[in-house]
Amino acid sequence: MIVGNRKDFGEILEKLGPARRVLVLGCNECVTVCGAGGEREVGVLASELRLCWKKEGETFDVKEHTLERQCDYEYIDQIRGFVNDYDVILSMACGAGVQYVAETYKTKLVLPAVNTTFLGVTIEQGVWSERCQGCGACILDMTAGVCPIARCAKSLLNGPCGGSSGGKCEIDNELDCAWQLIVDRLKEAGRMDRYEEILPVKDWRTGRDGGPRRRVREDMRL
Amino acid sequence: MRLSYPSNVKVVKVPCTGRVDVLLILRAFESGVDGVYVAGCLEGECHFLRGNLRARRRVEYVKGLLEEVGLGGDRLEMFNMSASQGQRFAQFAQEMTERIRLLGPLPVRKAPGNG
Repeated sequence: MIVGNRKDFGEILEKLGPARRVLVLGCNECVTVCGAGGEREVGVLASELRLCWKKEGETFDVKEHTLERQCDYEYIDQIRGFVNDYDVILSMACGAGVQYVAETYKTKLVLPAVNTTFLGVTIEQGVWSERCQGCGACILDMTAGVCPIARCAKSLLNGPCGGSSGGKCEIDNELDCAWQLIVDRLKEAGRMDRYEEILPVKDWRTGRDGGPRRRVREDMRL
Repeated sequence: MRLSYPSNVKVVKVPCTGRVDVLLILRAFESGVDGVYVAGCLEGECHFLRGNLRARRRVEYVKGLLEEVGLGGDRLEMFNMSASQGQRFAQFAQEMTERIRLLGPLPVRKAPGNG
């Protein structure tokens, strides 16, 4: 899933400026699961705004609404009926959602309430960890199911480096060395012959180096 | 025991403090109460094992939110006591009431048109 982190309340307040008619817009997908921008987080942020502005004696209108997704037009379209009652849309979706809402309602000020951080997994309730960087050319078959692009601090294709110590990375002694994990798993699976093979230089054109990406499946188009 | 505790304390019954949600506390403040305290069972004695420990973490989280919005985290507290410690229940009710009296009413000013 896409993992995000809600912005500090102070930063949100500053971005809102004088706007007091605010639509806090959540997303029912990834940001719900990682506790950053689902219905509950919408409730918490809206409550914080109301308490803060009540304290200041201000007049305001804060509406809570959560869409199934903010990355599909048909869901974003569902707020068309009341979106003009608000000065600002405070989107709690990932960066993709914020942008699509802004693209849909061109005259509206759309502000992000969440910092989109990574593609990852739930390690345990309340803990998430990065697993993928969306490089566009997956090599997990070569690396025993551990991605060195996302999980090695240097994104090394042939590791580990000299900074690996006791299975941990030199940048953080709680961070597993991705290449240690790869070697351990290759050993367990009796596939150490794979380790002898040198991985070639990666073609980054499928990743961000090739510019913004787009995918088309002609058979699915209407 | 026939103990008395301040009449300003309104008791909201929940099956376990593990039921006490972040939004539940925030809504209490939004409804205009001056302070909230969560009265849980003694740590290590939760019938549901970790309900009171979870409640404490949530209370700490909401304290942070209250600080963020400028109402102050002191308006919220978590206390632990067993069902047989009526004395402690009354004592915490008194303590919290005194604390909130010192802090004063929730600094919420009326504005026209606010629901």
